[in-house]
Amino acid sequence: MKAPRLRPAQQTDSAIAASTREKAPLLNISENIKAPYLRIEHLTKKFGNFTALHDVSLDIAEGEFVCFLGPSGCGKTTLLRAVAGLDIQTRGKVWQGGRDISDLPASMRDFGIVFQSYALFPNLKIYKNIAYGLENKKLPRAQIAARVDELLQLVGLGGQGNKYPAQLSGGQQQRVALTRALATSPGLLLLDEPLSALDAKVRAHLRHEIKDLQRRLNVTTIMVTHDQEEALTMADRIVLINQGIIEQVGTPRQMYRQPQTLFVADFIGAMNQIACLSGGSGRAKIGALTVACRPHALGENLPGVLTIRPEDLIPKAAPRPKADAEPAGNDKTGAASSSGNSIEAIIRDMEFLGSIWRATLASTSLGDDRLQAEFSVNAVQRMDLAPGKSITVELPPDRITIFPGKQIQSDNQIRSDERIHG
Amino acid sequence: MTDSAIASPGIDVKPRLSTDDLVMRGFIILVGLWMIVVVLLPLYFMMSKSFQDHDGNFIGLANFITYFSTPALTYSINNSFFVAIVSTLITVTLAFTYAYALTRSRILGKGLFKAVALSPLLAPSLLPAISFVYFFGKQGIINGLLGGQSIYGPIGIIMGEVFYTFPHAMMILIIALSTADARLFEAASSLRASRFRTFVTVTLPGVKYGLISALFVVFTLVITDFGIPKVIGGQFNVLAVDIYKQVIGQQNFEMGAVVSVVLLFPAVVAFIVDRIVQRRQVAQLTSGAMPYDPKPNGLFDALMLLYCALIAFIILAILGMAIYASFVKFWPYNMSLGLSNYDFDVMDGGGWGSFMNSLQMASLTALFGTAIIFTGAYMVEKAKGFGAVRAAVQFLAILPMAVPGMVLGLAYIFFFNHPDNPLNGIYATMTILVIVTITHFYTVSHLTAMTALKQMDPEFEAVSASLKVPFYRTFARVTVPVCLPAILDISIYLFVNAMTTVSAVIFLYSTDTSLASVAAINMDDAGDIAPAAAMCVMILFACASVRLVHGLATAGLRRRTQAWRKR
Repeated sequence: MKAPRLRPAQQTDSAIAASTREKAPLLNISENIKAPYLRIEHLTKKFGNFTALHDVSLDIAEGEFVCFLGPSGCGKTTLLRAVAGLDIQTRGKVWQGGRDISDLPASMRDFGIVFQSYALFPNLKIYKNIAYGLENKKLPRAQIAARVDELLQLVGLGGQGNKYPAQLSGGQQQRVALTRALATSPGLLLLDEPLSALDAKVRAHLRHEIKDLQRRLNVTTIMVTHDQEEALTMADRIVLINQGIIEQVGTPRQMYRQPQTLFVADFIGAMNQIACLSGGSGRAKIGALTVACRPHALGENLPGVLTIRPEDLIPKAAPRPKADAEPAGNDKTGAASSSGNSIEAIIRDMEFLGSIWRATLASTSLGDDRLQAEFSVNAVQRMDLAPGKSITVELPPDRITIFPGKQIQSDNQIRSDERIHG
Repeated sequence: MTDSAIASPGIDVKPRLSTDDLVMRGFIILVGLWMIVVVLLPLYFMMSKSFQDHDGNFIGLANFITYFSTPALTYSINNSFFVAIVSTLITVTLAFTYAYALTRSRILGKGLFKAVALSPLLAPSLLPAISFVYFFGKQGIINGLLGGQSIYGPIGIIMGEVFYTFPHAMMILIIALSTADARLFEAASSLRASRFRTFVTVTLPGVKYGLISALFVVFTLVITDFGIPKVIGGQFNVLAVDIYKQVIGQQNFEMGAVVSVVLLFPAVVAFIVDRIVQRRQVAQLTSGAMPYDPKPNGLFDALMLLYCALIAFIILAILGMAIYASFVKFWPYNMSLGLSNYDFDVMDGGGWGSFMNSLQMASLTALFGTAIIFTGAYMVEKAKGFGAVRAAVQFLAILPMAVPGMVLGLAYIFFFNHPDNPLNGIYATMTILVIVTITHFYTVSHLTAMTALKQMDPEFEAVSASLKVPFYRTFARVTVPVCLPAILDISIYLFVNAMTTVSAVIFLYSTDTSLASVAAINMDDAGDIAPAAAMCVMILFACASVRLVHGLATAGLRRRTQAWRKR
């Protein structure tokens, strides 16, 4: 039997929203931790038969800058809109500031939102756009004017209040949208891919601005993005979502250095993936080669993926070819032995990127898989590396992670079906 | 990962509705009820009437059997289809060439040619019929051109309908021809395709949906038109006039209802085909398409210019003849000019009062119609959830387009004049005229509103909700100002159509609420053709003036809001 819902009598939407911001009794938790400002519990969202979000749970602390990151269609915008109350979830609970807002429509919640298109009111001047929420509160005109001017100064648009949105650049419009959302001092700031519509230089600049603003105002912020560079530079914590489930939550450093699933390892940054067999804890087998790696719990002889970042490969000079070595078939790498975490390889291709070289390496030990490595300009010069040369690369064990399962086909992965020709 | 101490129960979340949601849904329900009362119920009553006898008893298909065994009546079906098909083919061919000239050539004066081509919209449909009588009638000035044939009958009807429907076809085809991708033409020319081949393989396929739409729109307009066949049809009976004869002449309401049902069939079929075509006409322009800029071509441009000039001249001549004839004291015996034909008060038909009534009716229609239609479209488009009801209301909004004016008018008699109907107080008042006109022209207005609303950023309402501003504030401060050009377009459309319409109102006017267009028909019936022309000229004058004001207002509006409009 459902408990009767008590509708606050004659309370306006904004009054309800205001009370959301009050300090409410803390949630029941056993630890001595301050309650999270935003709590999402077992949230599921279905559109007809399609499940966009599956049992998502998350805590966000007050003043935190969190990024929802993931490929297109993963559900990150759906999650944001559920928090906003624009597309309320099918199941699950959302708590903001200690208050259960799970079934409240957007106008009864406490947030400001910036959309990808900014949705600035085109026929209203900048001043009127920013003052829009304030005017509705029946505040005295002088107070509104002061607040708008203060906000315009804050984002570097002082004195531009009399212009129309169409007269501003994309970056300026973005900042107006931001200040409009912040004008009413909401408890939560939601950004839905705010930088996607801007070109690269403006985007880089605005990243700093948004982050600065957020730090200064200490407003809890959630930003949706598909650009991992944005997430890595801006977020306090990143929530990586894939096909409706959270893959991992962590600081940018944690996500990059300690990915917990193959998807995370592949999505963030570039990552080499080599098919292997697990060989007991701390070991993996690639063909005949046994490689030492980070401890894992995979058991023995199970299919897995060996991962290592390009910048972690250490170049060493190639050993001299042995006198009695027999050429093995089409093999051009000379000495066949790669032992442990040292692999003999030949450089297939090199790309110059200014501060580093990116090299594609092939090796008989790896079969058809290729390794991508990043070498410093100095190392390349010192060892006189060039396409066609032999090289030994060292794979430090503590930089290798083994994941169960198969390799992911993606742009990040370096796969080639070329055979090594003689 | 987080630890949540409490697992949520497996029940679905029931979202609460905000005040905004409730108000919007309430409004949608009101609009739905309104449409049921002004469209569905009257149609239902009319269709039931066709199965009843004089006393109201249900007699099954007896009336229909009587109808279909009366050759005098069923012959009208052939006649209607004949004139409709012939008129459609002629109009669409002429209009296509004209639209082609305006979009694919480099002739000068395109603005002027377009304005002239749109001018028939400002006149009641019987105006060309009257002009043709003066040109080709017994005392017509060039009646030799017909080679002995009478203008009264199919020839007159077809010529009149071509004039009347020309602007409608041209507007549709201009839009279709304007959405051309320059790259296709460049590809064709680089592959050495001849002009003719390019026309057949690139141009025609690109406009096929526009062509089909134009064909069916014109067909519907012709087969449901009343004014022209009434004036110049002679003994050539068509379905629309039959309805009138049965109801007004014979007081046989049941047979009138039967003929209405028969007329509904082609109208509904054409409507369905047009809807399907509209669905298919999804953006034909792929991204990256370049607008087509025609190259100057001496011979082609000269021919097109000649053609447009000829058509424009004919249109102006037809309008001009009606205007001229209205000033001629007594054709053809006293050709001196004077205002005697404008002395409406001494003639049967309603006098100057009818003209004033028409102005009043048109203004009220424009005012209330725009408000109801635009607000209704906004609610349907922007409300959240409530999907089934919104779809139903959307359907009801599209429905009036399938109903011929005469059928609607008749249906209103049956529904609103019913003694048990609590609303029957509005019968024979200005109110019912305004309502039937708003309903008759609802669909195009609604679609215009929807198009304008869809162009607005879809997140305005979400921003408004996050800032705790009620939706009606945003509606008034943002939506209406931004959509103002479309709102003005809807109001001028309603005004002009209300001034010129005949078919829906011919059954619903009373002595106190007679209208100008109806007065013209009645005066023509009584043999006063010159005063009928004069009344048509007054209608034309009123529409042209208001249209001019509208044009100036829109241009002024665009200029003042240039600062923030994208274009």
